[in-house]
Amino acid sequence: MLDNITLGQYLPGNSFLHRMDPRAKILLTVVMIVAVFTANTWIGYAGLFLFIGGTALLSRINLKFIIKGVKPIFYIILLTFFINLFFNSGETVLVEWGVVRITKEGLVNATFMALRLLLLVFCTQLLTLTTSPIALTDGLERLLKPLSKIGFPSHELAMMMSIALRFIPTLMEETDKIMKAQMARGADFESGNLINRAKAMLPLLVPLFVSAFRRADELAMAMEARCYRGGDNRTRMKVLKFTKVDAIAAAAVLAMTAFAIIF
Amino acid sequence: MSIEIRNLIHTYMAGGPFERTAIEDVSLTIEDGEFVGLIGHTGSGKSTLIMHLNGLIKPTSGSILVDGLDLMDKKTSLKDVRKKVGLVFQYPEYQLFEETILKDVMFGPKNLGLSDQEAEERARHALRQVGLADESMYEKSPFELSGGQKRRVAIAGVLAMKPTTLILDEPTAGLDPRGREEILSLIKRYHEEEKVTLIMVSHSMTDVSRLCSRILVMDHSRLVMNGTPDEVFMNGDRLMQAGLALPPCAELAERLRGAGFDIPADAYRPGELKQAILRSLGRGKSHA
Repeated sequence: MLDNITLGQYLPGNSFLHRMDPRAKILLTVVMIVAVFTANTWIGYAGLFLFIGGTALLSRINLKFIIKGVKPIFYIILLTFFINLFFNSGETVLVEWGVVRITKEGLVNATFMALRLLLLVFCTQLLTLTTSPIALTDGLERLLKPLSKIGFPSHELAMMMSIALRFIPTLMEETDKIMKAQMARGADFESGNLINRAKAMLPLLVPLFVSAFRRADELAMAMEARCYRGGDNRTRMKVLKFTKVDAIAAAAVLAMTAFAIIF
Repeated sequence: MSIEIRNLIHTYMAGGPFERTAIEDVSLTIEDGEFVGLIGHTGSGKSTLIMHLNGLIKPTSGSILVDGLDLMDKKTSLKDVRKKVGLVFQYPEYQLFEETILKDVMFGPKNLGLSDQEAEERARHALRQVGLADESMYEKSPFELSGGQKRRVAIAGVLAMKPTTLILDEPTAGLDPRGREEILSLIKRYHEEEKVTLIMVSHSMTDVSRLCSRILVMDHSRLVMNGTPDEVFMNGDRLMQAGLALPPCAELAERLRGAGFDIPADAYRPGELKQAILRSLGRGKSHA
Protein backbone atom coordinates (compact mmCIF):
# COMPACT_ATOMS: atom_id res chain seq x y z
CA MET A 1 0.00 0.00 0.00
CA LEU A 2 2.95 2.31 0.53
CA ASP A 3 4.30 1.59 -2.95
CA ASN A 4 1.79 3.87 -4.63
CA ILE A 5 3.18 7.23 -3.66
CA THR A 6 4.92 8.88 -6.59
CA LEU A 7 4.60 12.49 -5.49
CA GLY A 8 8.13 13.71 -4.89
CA GLN A 9 9.84 10.66 -6.34
CA TYR A 10 12.99 11.08 -8.39
CA LEU A 11 13.58 9.08 -11.54
CA PRO A 12 17.20 9.11 -12.67
CA GLY A 13 17.85 9.91 -16.31
CA ASN A 14 19.96 11.93 -18.69
CA SER A 15 17.54 14.14 -20.58
CA PHE A 16 18.10 17.88 -20.94
CA LEU A 17 15.70 18.36 -18.04
CA HIS A 18 17.85 16.14 -15.85
CA ARG A 19 20.95 18.05 -16.85
CA MET A 20 19.56 21.48 -16.06
CA ASP A 21 20.80 23.43 -13.09
CA PRO A 22 18.42 22.84 -10.17
CA ARG A 23 18.29 26.57 -9.45
CA ALA A 24 17.11 27.25 -12.98
CA LYS A 25 14.56 24.47 -12.69
CA ILE A 26 13.16 25.79 -9.43
CA LEU A 27 12.94 29.37 -10.70
CA LEU A 28 11.43 28.33 -14.01
CA THR A 29 8.90 26.13 -12.25
CA VAL A 30 7.84 29.15 -10.22
CA VAL A 31 7.54 31.20 -13.41
CA MET A 32 5.49 28.43 -15.00
CA ILE A 33 3.17 28.37 -11.98
CA VAL A 34 2.66 32.11 -12.34
CA ALA A 35 1.89 31.56 -16.01
CA VAL A 36 -0.55 28.77 -15.17
CA PHE A 37 -2.42 31.00 -12.74
CA THR A 38 -2.51 34.10 -14.91
CA ALA A 39 -3.66 32.36 -18.06
CA ASN A 40 -7.32 33.04 -18.61
CA THR A 41 -8.27 31.81 -22.06
CA TRP A 42 -8.69 28.49 -23.80
CA ILE A 43 -5.84 29.32 -26.16
CA GLY A 44 -3.61 30.11 -23.20
CA TYR A 45 -4.36 26.76 -21.56
CA ALA A 46 -3.99 24.85 -24.81
CA GLY A 47 -0.58 26.45 -25.21
CA LEU A 48 0.43 25.61 -21.63
CA PHE A 49 -0.75 22.03 -22.02
CA LEU A 50 1.24 21.59 -25.21
CA PHE A 51 4.29 23.20 -23.65
CA ILE A 52 4.24 21.10 -20.48
CA GLY A 53 3.35 17.97 -22.42
CA GLY A 54 6.24 18.64 -24.78
CA THR A 55 8.61 19.15 -21.86
CA ALA A 56 7.39 15.90 -20.33
CA LEU A 57 8.09 14.07 -23.58
CA LEU A 58 11.56 15.61 -23.78
CA SER A 59 12.28 14.50 -20.21
CA ARG A 60 11.78 10.91 -21.44
CA ILE A 61 9.91 10.03 -18.29
CA ASN A 62 7.16 7.49 -18.63
CA LEU A 63 3.99 9.57 -18.74
CA LYS A 64 2.34 7.03 -16.46
CA PHE A 65 4.43 8.37 -13.58
CA ILE A 66 3.38 11.95 -14.17
CA ILE A 67 -0.27 10.98 -14.38
CA LYS A 68 -0.02 8.76 -11.32
CA GLY A 69 1.07 11.82 -9.33
CA VAL A 70 -2.36 13.36 -9.87
CA LYS A 71 -4.08 10.47 -8.11
CA PRO A 72 -3.55 11.61 -4.50
CA ILE A 73 -5.03 15.03 -5.20
CA PHE A 74 -7.66 13.93 -7.70
CA TYR A 75 -10.47 14.48 -5.21
CA ILE A 76 -9.18 17.92 -4.30
CA ILE A 77 -9.31 18.86 -7.98
CA LEU A 78 -12.82 17.43 -8.25
CA LEU A 79 -13.95 19.30 -5.14
CA THR A 80 -12.48 22.58 -6.38
CA PHE A 81 -14.23 22.05 -9.68
CA PHE A 82 -17.64 21.55 -8.10
CA ILE A 83 -17.28 24.35 -5.58
CA ASN A 84 -16.39 26.74 -8.39
CA LEU A 85 -19.21 25.34 -10.45
CA PHE A 86 -21.95 25.78 -7.86
CA PHE A 87 -20.87 28.94 -6.10
CA ASN A 88 -20.39 31.21 -8.99
CA SER A 89 -22.41 34.31 -9.75
CA GLY A 90 -22.52 34.34 -13.53
CA GLU A 91 -25.10 35.78 -15.86
CA THR A 92 -25.84 33.10 -18.44
CA VAL A 93 -27.72 30.36 -16.67
CA LEU A 94 -27.28 26.89 -18.15
CA VAL A 95 -29.12 24.76 -15.63
CA GLU A 96 -31.33 25.84 -12.77
CA TRP A 97 -32.73 23.25 -10.44
CA GLY A 98 -33.82 24.32 -6.98
CA VAL A 99 -30.88 25.94 -5.23
CA VAL A 100 -28.48 24.51 -7.80
CA ARG A 101 -27.65 27.07 -10.43
CA ILE A 102 -24.99 26.45 -13.00
CA THR A 103 -23.91 29.35 -15.15
CA LYS A 104 -21.74 29.45 -18.23
CA GLU A 105 -19.18 31.64 -16.45
CA GLY A 106 -19.18 29.26 -13.53
CA LEU A 107 -18.54 26.28 -15.79
CA VAL A 108 -15.67 28.04 -17.56
CA ASN A 109 -14.21 29.22 -14.26
CA ALA A 110 -14.47 25.79 -12.68
CA THR A 111 -12.81 24.17 -15.67
CA PHE A 112 -9.99 26.72 -15.61
CA MET A 113 -9.49 26.14 -11.89
CA ALA A 114 -9.29 22.38 -12.36
CA LEU A 115 -6.90 22.84 -15.30
CA ARG A 116 -4.73 25.11 -13.17
CA LEU A 117 -4.42 22.55 -10.41
CA LEU A 118 -3.72 19.81 -12.94
CA LEU A 119 -1.01 21.86 -14.64
CA LEU A 120 0.40 22.84 -11.28
CA VAL A 121 0.85 19.20 -10.37
CA PHE A 122 2.36 18.39 -13.77
CA CYS A 123 4.87 21.23 -13.41
CA THR A 124 6.01 20.32 -9.94
CA GLN A 125 6.03 16.64 -10.89
CA LEU A 126 8.40 17.41 -13.74
CA LEU A 127 10.64 19.23 -11.29
CA THR A 128 10.77 16.52 -8.65
CA LEU A 129 10.86 13.59 -11.06
CA THR A 130 13.91 14.98 -12.86
CA THR A 131 15.79 16.48 -9.92
CA SER A 132 17.34 14.43 -7.17
CA PRO A 133 16.34 15.57 -3.68
CA ILE A 134 19.93 16.52 -2.97
CA ALA A 135 20.19 18.70 -6.07
CA LEU A 136 16.84 20.20 -5.18
CA THR A 137 17.84 21.25 -1.68
CA ASP A 138 21.22 22.39 -2.98
CA GLY A 139 19.52 24.62 -5.46
CA LEU A 140 17.12 25.93 -2.87
CA GLU A 141 19.94 26.68 -0.49
CA ARG A 142 21.77 28.71 -3.11
CA LEU A 143 18.62 30.57 -4.05
CA LEU A 144 17.90 31.46 -0.42
CA LYS A 145 21.49 32.38 0.35
CA PRO A 146 21.02 36.15 -0.08
CA LEU A 147 18.45 36.01 2.70
CA SER A 148 21.02 34.77 5.20
CA LYS A 149 22.29 38.36 5.37
CA ILE A 150 19.16 39.25 7.27
CA GLY A 151 19.51 36.22 9.51
CA PHE A 152 17.55 33.68 7.53
CA PRO A 153 19.04 30.21 8.22
CA SER A 154 19.21 29.10 4.57
CA HIS A 155 21.82 26.39 5.04
CA GLU A 156 20.17 24.93 8.10
CA LEU A 157 16.83 24.92 6.36
CA ALA A 158 18.27 23.14 3.33
CA MET A 159 20.06 20.63 5.56
CA MET A 160 16.86 19.92 7.45
CA MET A 161 15.00 19.48 4.20
CA SER A 162 17.51 17.08 2.74
CA ILE A 163 17.60 15.06 5.95
CA ALA A 164 13.81 14.93 6.02
CA LEU A 165 13.68 13.85 2.38
CA ARG A 166 16.43 11.33 2.94
CA PHE A 167 14.45 9.68 5.72
CA ILE A 168 11.08 9.47 4.03
CA PRO A 169 11.83 6.12 2.35
CA THR A 170 13.51 4.85 5.50
CA LEU A 171 10.51 5.70 7.62
CA MET A 172 8.14 4.21 5.09
CA GLU A 173 10.11 0.99 5.12
CA GLU A 174 10.09 1.03 8.88
CA THR A 175 6.34 1.66 8.99
CA ASP A 176 5.83 -1.27 6.65
CA LYS A 177 8.00 -3.53 8.80
CA ILE A 178 6.36 -2.61 12.10
CA MET A 179 2.94 -2.90 10.54
CA LYS A 180 3.72 -6.41 9.36
CA ALA A 181 5.16 -7.35 12.72
CA GLN A 182 2.02 -6.18 14.52
CA MET A 183 -0.20 -7.84 11.93
CA ALA A 184 1.66 -11.07 12.63
CA ARG A 185 0.57 -10.53 16.24
CA GLY A 186 -3.01 -10.28 15.09
CA ALA A 187 -3.31 -6.50 14.88
CA ASP A 188 -5.98 -5.27 12.50
CA PHE A 189 -5.39 -1.92 10.81
CA GLU A 190 -8.12 -2.13 8.23
CA SER A 191 -11.50 -2.74 9.83
CA GLY A 192 -13.55 -1.17 12.60
CA ASN A 193 -14.90 2.35 13.05
CA LEU A 194 -12.84 5.52 13.15
CA ILE A 195 -12.10 5.43 16.88
CA ASN A 196 -11.09 1.78 16.81
CA ARG A 197 -8.89 2.39 13.82
CA ALA A 198 -7.20 5.32 15.52
CA LYS A 199 -6.60 3.12 18.55
CA ALA A 200 -5.21 0.39 16.30
CA MET A 201 -2.57 2.85 15.09
CA LEU A 202 -1.00 3.03 18.53
CA PRO A 203 1.03 -0.18 18.19
CA LEU A 204 2.37 1.28 14.97
CA LEU A 205 3.02 4.86 16.03
CA VAL A 206 4.76 4.24 19.35
CA PRO A 207 7.52 2.05 17.88
CA LEU A 208 7.80 4.37 14.89
CA PHE A 209 8.36 7.43 17.08
CA VAL A 210 10.79 5.57 19.29
CA SER A 211 12.86 4.55 16.32
CA ALA A 212 12.63 7.97 14.66
CA PHE A 213 14.01 9.60 17.80
CA ARG A 214 16.73 7.00 18.05
CA ARG A 215 17.68 7.58 14.43
CA ALA A 216 17.72 11.34 14.87
CA ASP A 217 19.96 10.97 17.87
CA GLU A 218 22.35 8.65 16.06
CA LEU A 219 22.46 10.90 13.03
CA ALA A 220 23.21 13.99 15.13
CA MET A 221 25.98 12.08 16.86
CA ALA A 222 27.45 10.87 13.57
CA MET A 223 27.36 14.38 12.12
CA GLU A 224 29.07 15.83 15.14
CA ALA A 225 31.67 13.09 15.06
CA ARG A 226 32.51 14.34 11.59
CA CYS A 227 32.76 17.90 12.87
CA TYR A 228 29.65 19.24 11.20
CA ARG A 229 29.34 22.94 11.99
CA GLY A 230 26.73 24.37 9.68
CA GLY A 231 27.22 26.03 6.33
CA ASP A 232 30.00 28.57 6.85
CA ASN A 233 32.92 28.12 4.48
CA ARG A 234 31.77 24.75 3.27
CA THR A 235 32.84 23.87 -0.22
CA ARG A 236 30.88 21.55 -2.49
CA MET A 237 31.73 18.48 -4.45
CA LYS A 238 29.30 19.46 -7.17
CA VAL A 239 29.40 23.17 -7.89
CA LEU A 240 26.22 24.37 -9.52
CA LYS A 241 26.73 25.99 -12.91
CA PHE A 242 24.29 27.60 -15.32
CA THR A 243 24.78 26.27 -18.84
CA LYS A 244 23.44 26.82 -22.32
CA VAL A 245 20.64 24.34 -21.63
CA ASP A 246 19.40 26.55 -18.80
CA ALA A 247 19.46 29.63 -21.02
CA ILE A 248 17.45 27.89 -23.74
CA ALA A 249 14.94 26.58 -21.20
CA ALA A 250 14.61 30.02 -19.62
CA ALA A 251 13.96 31.63 -23.00
CA ALA A 252 11.32 29.02 -23.81
CA VAL A 253 9.57 29.35 -20.47
CA LEU A 254 9.57 33.15 -20.63
CA ALA A 255 8.14 33.06 -24.14
CA MET A 256 5.48 30.63 -22.98
CA THR A 257 4.62 32.85 -20.03
CA ALA A 258 4.33 35.91 -22.23
CA PHE A 259 2.05 33.91 -24.53
CA ALA A 260 -0.12 32.76 -21.63
CA ILE A 261 -0.46 36.29 -20.26
CA ILE A 262 -1.12 38.03 -23.58
CA PHE A 263 -3.74 35.60 -24.89
CA MET B 1 1.29 -29.01 11.24
CA SER B 2 2.56 -29.20 7.73
CA ILE B 3 3.37 -26.47 5.28
CA GLU B 4 3.27 -27.05 1.57
CA ILE B 5 4.56 -24.53 -0.92
CA ARG B 6 4.15 -25.15 -4.63
CA ASN B 7 5.80 -23.11 -7.39
CA LEU B 8 5.81 -19.93 -5.36
CA ILE B 9 6.79 -16.81 -7.28
CA HIS B 10 6.87 -13.33 -5.82
CA THR B 11 7.63 -10.20 -7.82
CA TYR B 12 7.85 -6.80 -6.18
CA MET B 13 6.30 -3.87 -8.05
CA ALA B 14 5.40 -5.99 -11.04
CA GLY B 15 5.21 -4.04 -14.28
CA GLY B 16 7.04 -0.94 -13.01
CA PRO B 17 10.59 0.14 -13.72
CA PHE B 18 11.64 -1.15 -10.29
CA GLU B 19 10.35 -4.66 -10.87
CA ARG B 20 12.30 -7.20 -8.90
CA THR B 21 11.76 -10.89 -8.43
CA ALA B 22 12.23 -11.87 -4.81
CA ILE B 23 11.21 -15.49 -5.02
CA GLU B 24 11.46 -17.60 -8.11
CA ASP B 25 9.65 -20.89 -8.34
CA VAL B 26 10.12 -22.29 -4.86
CA SER B 27 8.47 -25.58 -3.91
CA LEU B 28 8.95 -27.27 -0.56
CA THR B 29 7.21 -29.20 2.17
CA ILE B 30 7.77 -28.86 5.88
CA GLU B 31 6.47 -31.65 8.08
CA ASP B 32 4.90 -31.55 11.50
CA GLY B 33 7.39 -30.90 14.30
CA GLU B 34 10.39 -30.38 12.07
CA PHE B 35 13.12 -27.91 12.98
CA VAL B 36 14.15 -26.31 9.72
CA GLY B 37 16.90 -23.80 9.14
CA LEU B 38 16.54 -21.35 6.28
CA ILE B 39 19.77 -19.71 5.23
CA GLY B 40 20.95 -17.44 2.47
CA HIS B 41 22.88 -14.21 2.12
CA THR B 42 21.19 -10.81 2.48
CA GLY B 43 18.61 -10.26 -0.23
CA SER B 44 18.35 -13.91 -1.23
CA GLY B 45 14.60 -13.87 -0.60
CA LYS B 46 14.37 -15.69 2.71
CA SER B 47 12.51 -12.94 4.57
CA THR B 48 10.07 -12.59 1.70
CA LEU B 49 9.50 -16.33 1.74
CA ILE B 50 8.58 -16.50 5.42
CA MET B 51 6.24 -13.54 5.19
CA HIS B 52 4.16 -15.60 2.78
CA LEU B 53 3.67 -18.29 5.37
CA ASN B 54 1.25 -16.31 7.48
CA GLY B 55 -0.33 -14.31 4.73
CA LEU B 56 1.46 -11.00 5.30
CA ILE B 57 2.21 -10.85 1.62
CA LYS B 58 0.50 -12.57 -1.25
CA PRO B 59 2.36 -14.60 -3.84
CA THR B 60 2.40 -13.38 -7.43
CA SER B 61 1.66 -16.98 -8.37
CA GLY B 62 1.85 -20.42 -6.83
CA SER B 63 0.11 -22.01 -3.89
CA ILE B 64 0.68 -22.26 -0.14
CA LEU B 65 -1.10 -24.73 2.11
CA VAL B 66 -0.69 -24.29 5.85
CA ASP B 67 -2.21 -27.17 7.76
CA GLY B 68 -4.74 -27.64 4.99
CA LEU B 69 -5.62 -23.93 4.82
CA ASP B 70 -5.16 -22.55 1.35
CA LEU B 71 -3.61 -19.09 1.68
CA MET B 72 -4.52 -18.17 -1.88
CA ASP B 73 -8.19 -18.75 -1.15
CA LYS B 74 -9.91 -15.45 -0.38
CA LYS B 75 -12.25 -17.20 2.04
CA THR B 76 -9.40 -18.33 4.28
CA SER B 77 -9.39 -16.16 7.39
CA LEU B 78 -5.99 -14.61 7.87
CA LYS B 79 -6.65 -14.50 11.58
CA ASP B 80 -6.85 -18.30 11.65
CA VAL B 81 -3.60 -18.53 9.73
CA ARG B 82 -1.83 -16.10 12.05
CA LYS B 83 -3.09 -18.04 15.03
CA LYS B 84 -1.34 -21.12 13.70
CA VAL B 85 1.80 -19.50 12.35
CA GLY B 86 3.70 -17.24 14.70
CA LEU B 87 6.26 -14.99 13.07
CA VAL B 88 9.03 -13.29 15.00
CA PHE B 89 10.62 -10.62 12.84
CA GLN B 90 14.21 -9.54 12.75
CA TYR B 91 14.95 -7.16 15.62
CA PRO B 92 11.53 -7.83 17.14
CA GLU B 93 12.26 -5.48 20.04
CA TYR B 94 11.40 -2.59 17.71
CA GLN B 95 7.78 -3.63 17.79
CA LEU B 96 7.33 -3.16 21.54
CA PHE B 97 4.91 -0.38 22.32
CA GLU B 98 2.87 -0.97 25.48
CA GLU B 99 3.26 0.68 28.87
CA THR B 100 4.22 -2.52 30.62
CA ILE B 101 5.94 -5.72 29.63
CA LEU B 102 2.96 -7.82 30.58
CA LYS B 103 0.56 -5.73 28.51
CA ASP B 104 2.82 -5.94 25.50
CA VAL B 105 2.94 -9.71 25.63
CA MET B 106 -0.84 -9.76 26.07
CA PHE B 107 -1.34 -7.81 22.84
CA GLY B 108 -1.24 -10.90 20.59
CA PRO B 109 -3.51 -13.16 22.65
CA LYS B 110 -6.03 -10.34 23.06
CA ASN B 111 -6.08 -9.82 19.30
CA LEU B 112 -7.04 -13.48 19.03
CA GLY B 113 -10.12 -12.65 21.06
CA LEU B 114 -9.10 -14.14 24.40
CA SER B 115 -10.34 -12.66 27.65
CA ASP B 116 -8.04 -10.44 29.69
CA GLN B 117 -7.58 -13.13 32.29
CA GLU B 118 -6.71 -15.83 29.78
CA ALA B 119 -4.40 -13.48 27.88
CA GLU B 120 -2.61 -12.60 31.10
CA GLU B 121 -2.13 -16.25 32.01
CA ARG B 122 -0.67 -16.96 28.60
CA ALA B 123 1.54 -13.89 28.82
CA ARG B 124 2.95 -14.92 32.18
CA HIS B 125 3.56 -18.43 30.90
CA ALA B 126 5.28 -17.15 27.75
CA LEU B 127 7.47 -14.79 29.76
CA ARG B 128 8.58 -17.69 31.95
CA GLN B 129 9.29 -19.72 28.82
CA VAL B 130 11.68 -17.07 27.54
CA GLY B 131 13.45 -17.05 30.88
CA LEU B 132 11.95 -13.92 32.41
CA ALA B 133 10.72 -15.48 35.62
CA ASP B 134 11.00 -12.42 37.84
CA GLU B 135 7.36 -11.29 38.14
CA SER B 136 8.30 -7.95 39.69
CA MET B 137 9.52 -6.72 36.33
CA TYR B 138 6.28 -7.46 34.46
CA GLU B 139 4.88 -4.08 35.38
CA LYS B 140 7.93 -2.21 34.13
CA SER B 141 8.07 -0.42 30.80
CA PRO B 142 9.59 -2.59 28.08
CA PHE B 143 11.77 0.36 27.09
CA GLU B 144 13.69 0.10 30.36
CA LEU B 145 15.07 -3.34 29.52
CA SER B 146 18.41 -4.29 28.02
CA GLY B 147 18.61 -5.29 24.36
CA GLY B 148 18.61 -9.02 24.99
CA GLN B 149 15.73 -8.79 27.46
CA LYS B 150 13.69 -6.69 25.05
CA ARG B 151 14.16 -9.33 22.42
CA ARG B 152 12.98 -12.04 24.77
CA VAL B 153 9.88 -10.02 25.66
CA ALA B 154 9.16 -9.59 21.96
CA ILE B 155 9.55 -13.31 21.35
CA ALA B 156 7.25 -14.00 24.31
CA GLY B 157 4.71 -11.75 22.60
CA VAL B 158 4.51 -14.25 19.77
CA LEU B 159 4.79 -17.39 21.92
CA ALA B 160 1.81 -16.23 23.97
CA MET B 161 -0.33 -16.70 20.87
CA LYS B 162 0.52 -20.41 21.07
CA PRO B 163 1.30 -20.91 17.40
CA THR B 164 1.75 -24.46 16.15
CA THR B 165 4.40 -23.25 13.74
CA LEU B 166 6.96 -20.77 14.92
CA ILE B 167 9.09 -18.83 12.48
CA LEU B 168 12.03 -16.78 13.71
CA ASP B 169 13.84 -14.36 11.41
CA GLU B 170 17.44 -14.03 12.56
CA PRO B 171 16.61 -14.29 16.23
CA THR B 172 20.21 -13.76 17.31
CA ALA B 173 21.09 -10.80 15.07
CA GLY B 174 22.98 -8.09 16.90
CA LEU B 175 23.28 -9.93 20.21
CA ASP B 176 26.47 -10.61 22.13
CA PRO B 177 27.68 -14.23 22.48
CA ARG B 178 25.88 -14.72 25.76
CA GLY B 179 22.63 -13.27 24.43
CA ARG B 180 22.89 -15.55 21.37
CA GLU B 181 23.44 -18.57 23.52
CA GLU B 182 20.43 -17.74 25.68
CA ILE B 183 18.12 -17.18 22.73
CA LEU B 184 19.26 -20.33 20.93
CA SER B 185 18.86 -22.54 23.95
CA LEU B 186 15.43 -21.14 24.69
CA ILE B 187 14.40 -21.82 21.09
CA LYS B 188 15.71 -25.37 21.36
CA ARG B 189 13.92 -25.96 24.63
CA TYR B 190 10.71 -24.52 23.27
CA HIS B 191 10.85 -26.81 20.25
CA GLU B 192 11.38 -29.86 22.43
CA GLU B 193 8.72 -28.99 24.98
CA GLU B 194 5.95 -27.70 22.76
CA LYS B 195 6.54 -30.00 19.78
CA VAL B 196 5.94 -27.12 17.38
CA THR B 197 7.18 -26.90 13.83
CA LEU B 198 10.05 -24.46 13.85
CA ILE B 199 11.63 -22.49 11.06
CA MET B 200 14.68 -20.43 11.85
CA VAL B 201 16.11 -17.96 9.36
CA SER B 202 19.77 -17.30 9.86
CA HIS B 203 23.04 -16.21 8.33
CA SER B 204 24.91 -18.32 10.77
CA MET B 205 25.71 -21.82 9.61
CA THR B 206 26.93 -22.63 13.07
CA ASP B 207 23.60 -21.83 14.71
CA VAL B 208 21.69 -23.70 12.06
CA SER B 209 23.94 -26.75 12.15
CA ARG B 210 23.55 -27.02 15.90
CA LEU B 211 19.77 -27.00 16.01
CA CYS B 212 18.16 -27.95 12.73
CA SER B 213 17.32 -31.34 11.33
CA ARG B 214 16.97 -29.93 7.86
CA ILE B 215 18.50 -26.98 6.06
CA LEU B 216 17.08 -24.94 3.21
CA VAL B 217 19.52 -22.76 1.30
CA MET B 218 18.34 -19.82 -0.79
CA ASP B 219 20.44 -18.06 -3.37
CA HIS B 220 19.30 -15.36 -5.80
CA SER B 221 15.59 -15.87 -5.11
CA ARG B 222 15.78 -19.61 -5.63
CA LEU B 223 15.81 -22.56 -3.28
CA VAL B 224 19.11 -24.21 -4.20
CA MET B 225 19.57 -26.82 -1.46
CA ASN B 226 17.17 -28.73 0.70
CA GLY B 227 18.45 -31.54 2.88
CA THR B 228 19.87 -32.73 6.18
CA PRO B 229 22.86 -30.79 7.51
CA ASP B 230 25.37 -33.44 6.43
CA GLU B 231 23.94 -33.51 2.91
CA VAL B 232 24.20 -29.74 2.69
CA PHE B 233 27.65 -29.50 4.26
CA MET B 234 29.05 -32.13 1.90
CA ASN B 235 28.45 -29.59 -0.83
CA GLY B 236 30.69 -26.81 0.44
CA ASP B 237 31.39 -25.40 -3.04
CA ARG B 238 27.76 -24.72 -3.75
CA LEU B 239 27.44 -22.98 -0.38
CA MET B 240 30.41 -20.75 -1.17
CA GLN B 241 28.74 -19.92 -4.46
CA ALA B 242 25.63 -18.86 -2.54
CA GLY B 243 27.79 -16.48 -0.51
CA LEU B 244 27.77 -18.70 2.57
CA ALA B 245 30.48 -20.48 4.49
CA LEU B 246 30.56 -23.88 6.14
CA PRO B 247 30.38 -23.84 9.92
CA PRO B 248 33.92 -24.05 11.33
CA CYS B 249 33.51 -27.67 12.45
CA ALA B 250 32.20 -28.83 9.09
CA GLU B 251 35.05 -27.03 7.38
CA LEU B 252 37.60 -28.67 9.64
CA ALA B 253 35.99 -32.03 8.97
CA GLU B 254 36.19 -31.46 5.24
CA ARG B 255 39.85 -30.46 5.40
CA LEU B 256 40.66 -33.49 7.50
CA ARG B 257 38.85 -35.68 4.97
CA GLY B 258 40.89 -33.99 2.25
CA ALA B 259 44.06 -34.87 4.15
CA GLY B 260 43.08 -38.51 4.18
CA PHE B 261 41.46 -38.85 7.58
CA ASP B 262 38.37 -40.96 7.92
CA ILE B 263 35.73 -38.51 9.15
CA PRO B 264 32.07 -39.45 8.61
CA ALA B 265 29.75 -36.96 6.90
CA ASP B 266 27.52 -36.49 9.92
CA ALA B 267 30.35 -35.24 12.13
CA TYR B 268 29.71 -31.51 11.71
CA ARG B 269 28.98 -30.64 15.35
CA PRO B 270 31.82 -30.08 17.84
CA GLY B 271 31.07 -33.19 19.95
CA GLU B 272 30.74 -35.62 17.07
CA LEU B 273 33.74 -34.20 15.29
CA LYS B 274 35.87 -34.62 18.40
CA GLN B 275 34.85 -38.27 18.65
CA ALA B 276 35.52 -38.83 14.96
CA ILE B 277 38.99 -37.29 15.20
CA LEU B 278 39.85 -39.33 18.28
CA ARG B 279 38.65 -42.50 16.61
CA SER B 280 40.58 -41.72 13.49
CA LEU B 281 43.74 -40.90 15.48
CA GLY B 282 43.37 -44.02 17.61
CA ARG B 283 43.20 -46.18 14.53
CA GLY B 284 46.21 -44.34 13.12
CA LYS B 285 48.19 -45.15 16.24
CA SER B 286 47.33 -48.84 16.16
CA HIS B 287 48.61 -49.04 12.59
CA ALA B 288 51.90 -47.38 13.50
